[in-house]
Amino acid sequence: MIELRHINKSFEGQSVLDDISVSFEQGRTNLVIGRSGSGKTVLLKCIVGLLEADSGDILYSGDCFSRMNRKEKQNIRQRFGMLFQGAALFDSLSVEENVRFKLDMFTRMTSREKKDRVNFCLERVNLSGKNRLFPSELSGGMKKRVAIARAIVMNPRYLFCDEPNSGLDPQTAIMIDKLIIDITREFNMTTIVNTHDLNSVMEIGENVVYIHEGKIWWQGTREEILETENPELSDFVFATKLVRQLKKLDDI
Amino acid sequence: MTLLQHIGRYTILIKRSLSRPESPRVYYRRLIREMEVLGINSTGIVAIISFFMGAVITIQTAYNTESPLFPAYLIGLAARDSILLEFSSTIVALILAGKVGSNIASEIGTMRVTEQIDALEIMGVNSAAYLILPKIVALMIIAPFLSVLSMAVGIVGGWIAGTTVGVVSTPDYIYGIQYAFIPYYITYSLIKSVVFAFIITTVSSYHGYYTRGGALEVGRSSTLAVVHSSVVILLFNLILTQLMLA
Ligand SMILES: Nc1ncnc2c1ncn2[C@@H]1O[C@H](COP(=O)(O)OP(=O)(O)O)[C@@H](O)[C@H]1O
Ligand SMILES: [Mg+2]
Repeated sequence: MIELRHINKSFEGQSVLDDISVSFEQGRTNLVIGRSGSGKTVLLKCIVGLLEADSGDILYSGDCFSRMNRKEKQNIRQRFGMLFQGAALFDSLSVEENVRFKLDMFTRMTSREKKDRVNFCLERVNLSGKNRLFPSELSGGMKKRVAIARAIVMNPRYLFCDEPNSGLDPQTAIMIDKLIIDITREFNMTTIVNTHDLNSVMEIGENVVYIHEGKIWWQGTREEILETENPELSDFVFATKLVRQLKKLDDI
Repeated sequence: MTLLQHIGRYTILIKRSLSRPESPRVYYRRLIREMEVLGINSTGIVAIISFFMGAVITIQTAYNTESPLFPAYLIGLAARDSILLEFSSTIVALILAGKVGSNIASEIGTMRVTEQIDALEIMGVNSAAYLILPKIVALMIIAPFLSVLSMAVGIVGGWIAGTTVGVVSTPDYIYGIQYAFIPYYITYSLIKSVVFAFIITTVSSYHGYYTRGGALEVGRSSTLAVVHSSVVILLFNLILTQLMLA
């Protein structure tokens, strides 16, 4: 479980996150939704420690990140898996080397064990046999899948995904979403997914947090979203014709 | 940002990159690769530039000293000393600043804007040490060899050009390059090349590491890396010359 308590963050006096308090449960896919520029990426980067919040606490399974020493921080980070918006694969390394990277850096596994683990992860994301390709030879969806394989190679407890299906066609996007939710259950991780894609919300939104102007505006499940009376959330959700149709069908 | 802020941030980055590797094996592999990319791949350009440099120095010296009072072997001597003292370290460093500096800044800059550096940090890897340390060490190891290569090729270039144009005879040239030879000049030159290697890799890495934005900014960082490395090299050339030859 990850708990945020009164997180504030501003850039050059411009407030981006304003007193965010929320908890994300284990074994679930938690969605953070909001418009482009609403602060989703900044929030995620604060949670993982790539950005430092101006104030507030972040607790991982009850342990406060800001009170950890260097070693403890390092240890908790090794339990993180993160999926970046552009996949962020290492260009100069092959698919296999990308997935193996953390094992090379932090474990004393033999090359046989590493190979097995890498193949297991690649198989899990349906990319068996692509070991020798380089990132520049992969499609967008394949890159995302390699990034997922890389994220889960050391059995993370926490998985963070920033717009995992941006730039993908709807079918590939759904496949990535499904993969994330399946893996979350399989490994009992605490997963946080940033998205502005309503398909994802409907597909995997077990716990949805809506942020708007740096504040938490609404929280609930995907079923509750369609019933919402919250005007800002309505504007966001019912911006597309498709969802408006969906609501009509629902009302009948 | 002011110059002082840049220097502060640079110092912190370099300090962070000079820390103990998480996995010595991985660093060793990267070191070998960087020695190849930064060093071995630069031998061609260093050799070409040095050849023509040696040639031009010899011919110019000859034409500027056309006097019966001036013994012909002094052409070889003058060419040798300019090559050893200045050209093989400083000019080669400036060339490397252009080639290696832009290469480093654009590589690290691209990794920054595509979030690859964030990906390293998330994994708990010290990204500064992982990316920068192997480059610093690699170029510092290779630079003296490039320097020696440059000296040799430069002197051969001078000989070929001098004899071809007919301004100096082979015996005179060879006598000249051996005459009043001071071995310390080579030490001096090699020390300079190591310092310059450190400057090129660290300044360029700094510009790459703190790139913010997209492809356009990566290009800008790359340009700044070359310009700033070159200026710092010239500054340190002055300081080192004063310290070591005075
Ligand atoms: N490093 C930064 N420096 C200054 N402003 C930033 C920085 N990162 C993000 N911002 C600002 O924070 C706001 C939220 O950005 P972001 O979290 O990326 O939005 P999104 O919800 O689309 O992911 C934007 O207005 C952006 O301009
Ligand atoms: Mg974003």
